[in-house]
Amino acid sequence: MEKQKTIRVTNLSARYDEEVILEDISLDVYKGEILVILGGSGCGKSTLLKHMVGLSEPFAGQVYIDDVDITSCNDQDFRSTLRKIGVLFQGSALFGSMTISENVALPITEYSTLSKDSINNLVRMKLCMVDLAGYEHYLPSELSGGMKKRAGLARALALNPKILFLDEPTAGLDPVMSAEIDELIVKLNKSIGTTIVIVTHELDSIFSVAQRVIMLDKQTKGIIAQGDPKYLKEHSQNRVVRQFFNRSAKSE
Amino acid sequence: MSGFYEISEKDKGELVVHFNGRMDIESSTSILDELHSMIAQKSPALLAVNLENVTYFDDFGALVLIELKNAMTTRDSGFKIIGTQGRTKDLLSLVDFDAFEKCLLAERKRSENIIVSLGAETLTQVSNLRFLVSFVGSVFLSFLHVFRHPKSLRVNDTIACMEKTGVNALPIVGMTSFLLGLVIAFMSSLQLQQFGANIYVASLVAVAMVSELGPIMTAIVVAGRSGSAFAAEIGTMKISEEIDALVAMGFNPTLFIVVPKIIASVIVVPMLTLFADLFAVAGGLVVGVFLLDLTANAYISQTLKALTLFEVCWGMLKSVVFALLIVWIGCLRGFQTRGGADAVGNSATSAVVSSIFLIILFDSIFAVVRSFW
Repeated sequence: MEKQKTIRVTNLSARYDEEVILEDISLDVYKGEILVILGGSGCGKSTLLKHMVGLSEPFAGQVYIDDVDITSCNDQDFRSTLRKIGVLFQGSALFGSMTISENVALPITEYSTLSKDSINNLVRMKLCMVDLAGYEHYLPSELSGGMKKRAGLARALALNPKILFLDEPTAGLDPVMSAEIDELIVKLNKSIGTTIVIVTHELDSIFSVAQRVIMLDKQTKGIIAQGDPKYLKEHSQNRVVRQFFNRSAKSE
Repeated sequence: MSGFYEISEKDKGELVVHFNGRMDIESSTSILDELHSMIAQKSPALLAVNLENVTYFDDFGALVLIELKNAMTTRDSGFKIIGTQGRTKDLLSLVDFDAFEKCLLAERKRSENIIVSLGAETLTQVSNLRFLVSFVGSVFLSFLHVFRHPKSLRVNDTIACMEKTGVNALPIVGMTSFLLGLVIAFMSSLQLQQFGANIYVASLVAVAMVSELGPIMTAIVVAGRSGSAFAAEIGTMKISEEIDALVAMGFNPTLFIVVPKIIASVIVVPMLTLFADLFAVAGGLVVGVFLLDLTANAYISQTLKALTLFEVCWGMLKSVVFALLIVWIGCLRGFQTRGGADAVGNSATSAVVSSIFLIILFDSIFAVVRSFW
């Protein structure tokens, strides 16, 4: 049986004004997999993610989520598609005027009819998952960078979305915390079958969570490798790919 | 009853709830609502939950179980989960039920004692006051530094700030003053015409604008345009750690950011005031010539007769003080910003409100000083 495609990106090109960021990219994300998009700084990882979520309009090409073309569909379809996804932004994007628990509760109050007490319990459970129990009443500005990241993750998880987009979920976290977040990601994927797309360049995380990786490159503005990270590390024909996975400098 | 579960009753008040299908965000609300009222109605001695036929279970499902358990334990009744073999076991083991329960117990609450919050508020006010004083001091020291080392002044920033605060504000200042002059002339002419004293409209517009309204109107426009901008700019720099970066690189933030703004404003605000005066006189002139049958010559000579050099200088002096107030409050509020995006908004608002209040307060002080001159 052929694997079901949750997201299809076809011939996507992205530009900021005149500057070409991505050129003619096509990729598929299968249902229930953990896909890691990786590449050096400035290769367009976050740009690709923004296009997959529908936050930026592509210069050319389409993005399909569950066979809905989010680049051209009507507003209603777009909204119902957004309902299926959760996004963790690079800078966490927590609302500064709300406490952590209000931030996490926001999507739950909007999209469910649970009672206030139940929502409070649920928020606490979510915060517990990311090890932030006890910080409900803190404002984002009172938390450290890593804690904000985890609170952002809790908010992205609030509705148990079918597809989860994570922009550098473990950047700025200590190694123990990173490992815990990686574990949480794998657990979510296994237990409720969440399809997860991660943008990162943390090698440890890549090897522990990725089922498949897609590597972007700044020079070619496209995908230069995809597949199993462990295989790519050893057997890739491309020098840039091997350098990335083996953490070696360019001059080598 | 929603089709998410079935209830069977055993002997001795024991109820068994057989869940089936998905226990997720869609189903949990109705399950909770219905089961809570069911428990209240029947008050069973033991509630058993059968998860055998559950196909999907996430933390919304865990929430249902935890809430049911709590509802039963508060009634001193029993609760148990059955049918957790096979596939359900996998689902449950991945949603860490026990950890969630522990988590719910471990709620920490912040104390909301009145005395504590009163004390905390007092301490904040005191530290704000201290900051206010030390800010004035640091501006003063920075100026001393600039006088001793003129090269440390950021000339380009100063010029850019002059353009933003002065040149770009000219259209709006000119427009408002012109209209104000028009209105003053028109309103006063209604009274003065009765006495045949049309020519004194010119004196009235000139004196009112040059010594009072010109400086105030200009200052209010600048406070709204630039005072808020200073607060928002510095506030954003503060929350995004740019100020910290300046300090870490060995710059004095006051010297770097505040001094150029003060110099620029002190130069351009009096100039704007001068323009405001001119535009207001022009507004009055339009009314004088077109409605009151005065000649332009007569109007202008009466205007010049009414004004003294002292009057003009007094107005300029005022606008220099107003400029200082605007920059001081704007930058102070910026540096006091703490928190996130809403804090920047509050700083900008507070900067405008405080500076308008201070402008009017100081204008009153000037009026009192002048009357005892």
